[in-house]
Amino acid sequence: MPNVFQKHSVEMRLSLVLLLIVVGLSIKTDTFMTLGNITSLLNNNAVNLIWAVGLLVVLVAGGIDISFAVAASVVQYLSAQVFVGLGGGNWVVGFIVAAGFGVGLGLINALLIHGFQVISIVITIATFNAFFGLLMFFTKGRNIYNLPDWWTDRIFIFERQATDGTWSELNLSVAVMIACVLATWALIRLTTLGRQLYAFGDNPEGARRAGVNIWQMQIVAFCWCGMMAGIGGLMQVNIAQEVVPNALYGRELDVLAAVVLGGARLGGGRGTVVGCILGVMFVAITQNGLNLLGISPFAFQMIIGATILFAISSSNLKFGRSGKARLKESAT
Amino acid sequence: MSLRDRTNAAIGAETLPLLTFLCVVFLVFSLVTPLFLTGANFGSMAFQMPVLGLLTLAMLGPILSGGLNLAIIYQANISGLALAWVLIEFGGSEAGIGAFLLGSALAVLTGAASGALMGAVVAYFGAHPILVSLAMMIFLRGLGEFLTRGSDISGFPDYMNVLGHGSFVSIPVPMIIFILAAILWHIMLKRSRHGFSVYMIGSNIEAAEYSGLHTKRTLVTIYAISGMICAIAGIVMAARFNSVRVGHGEALLLVTVLACFLGGIDPFGGFGSVFPVAIALIILQALSSGLNLIGANQHLSTAVWGLFLIAVMVLRWVGMRWRNKQLGGT
Repeated sequence: MPNVFQKHSVEMRLSLVLLLIVVGLSIKTDTFMTLGNITSLLNNNAVNLIWAVGLLVVLVAGGIDISFAVAASVVQYLSAQVFVGLGGGNWVVGFIVAAGFGVGLGLINALLIHGFQVISIVITIATFNAFFGLLMFFTKGRNIYNLPDWWTDRIFIFERQATDGTWSELNLSVAVMIACVLATWALIRLTTLGRQLYAFGDNPEGARRAGVNIWQMQIVAFCWCGMMAGIGGLMQVNIAQEVVPNALYGRELDVLAAVVLGGARLGGGRGTVVGCILGVMFVAITQNGLNLLGISPFAFQMIIGATILFAISSSNLKFGRSGKARLKESAT
Repeated sequence: MSLRDRTNAAIGAETLPLLTFLCVVFLVFSLVTPLFLTGANFGSMAFQMPVLGLLTLAMLGPILSGGLNLAIIYQANISGLALAWVLIEFGGSEAGIGAFLLGSALAVLTGAASGALMGAVVAYFGAHPILVSLAMMIFLRGLGEFLTRGSDISGFPDYMNVLGHGSFVSIPVPMIIFILAAILWHIMLKRSRHGFSVYMIGSNIEAAEYSGLHTKRTLVTIYAISGMICAIAGIVMAARFNSVRVGHGEALLLVTVLACFLGGIDPFGGFGSVFPVAIALIILQALSSGLNLIGANQHLSTAVWGLFLIAVMVLRWVGMRWRNKQLGGT
């Protein structure tokens, strides 16, 4: 048990803080611990969590991806065109197309990073600008409202009417989110590929000498992130009912903050799916709680920023800036 | 030491290739449109570039030290708000020059304080600069929205117009500010004790620590200075737009990182200099203005900036391979 604490100290501490917040909110408000509030929390954060687990894989492999949110917008547009071309389509086609485009965009990042030996932040900032600029240029910033019915129809996987007549429901995106979270967990925890991703992220040169295929690692990490970006984009349209080219611009940094808060190390080799969920839920529940406590919405972001800053300072997170510090950490 | 090595040491090895790129960009645009090589175009370029330039200088120090400062835009906005607040307190458009100076001092102080706080968290808690500055970004954005309720603050005295739109011996005032800041940055990084520490921390923070450099204090200073130049950018922005709004210049955040990388700054820190970054900025501005002249919109320039960075990275890779082959051959 102490070993679990040591190995996952960030996750442990974060879950404790989260528990305190949840208990506090349950006592302070009578609206927090209701089925309606919990389901809407899940509905509202499903897409963020899908992106978060995608980004987690890249972070574990020692990279960073700035481009995934605008990549999701690009996928939305391309998919919309394909669906028009196909004369409709359905959810199965939708998932294949969106995931396919996402993987394709991820592959572009992986090819550039590996092929020309450039660090991922440089390439993904370049592709971020390229994707977003081209998207805005070709769409002229216009929204698409005319989408196939299957894409925008609400599908509920769970619904219940409370005694006072209010409905609480979970929509399809939550089911997709659960599938994505489980798939990512299986990838990084159960497969050899996953173990290699951690090894590669922790020490690329060491992993290479141990026989890990570096090229394969970059492809797996960035294509997985791209696929999650695509699927997240598909689900975001299902929720928003429209495609807006710049709607997701800027979301990458919020997701990044949540994932890193959940213990994924910038620099690679460390990060868990549980931490990812905790990080996203921490931000979501803080915001939800402020809302329920009746605090001005203008103050939300300020308080969340201060909370993250405080969380970093109080948790004494050691990200390990050099290989030496990392070696020490892995030796314990 | 050959002449080439000496020039490389003085102005950075990336300078000559970047100057070549600059010439190519100028040549192509002047062939495509007669409007490019005109005083009017250069004038508007010189007015547009400084804000991005000042913000890029703010990004430069943190990147050289192996970090990143993602809060720069909102540091600039909040500093601008501090100035606006003082000006409004002293009568808005009636405010005297003293109020402006007081406001500017408060703005610089605000920038420095927010920067120093980030530097302290990075230095004393060992947290990653990306996470710290992200949290600061979210906090400052929220603070700004809380204070302004998302609206513009305008109604500044007329003399601020000079700062944003005036010229001195036909050089735009914002450009003069940028040039002075760039020279100051060059001297700070290459000639001062602080600059030396920045490079050493960027190369290897532990070695720097064991060599007796006060790495923690230097980190605080790096981010404080970054915040101060953000404040200057915020003041220039207030003068240029004649208003302050939280979110002004949001789109420039990642462009400043792009400019640094284009200018050959090592993403891991420790290597790079101001001069090639300044040339990279001119290239970015020339691309944007040139495309604008031939009727393309700002979004196409954004895409071209991204593609240009990829192209430069590919060419650097080709160059590296070629040099390695040469070395291997002899």
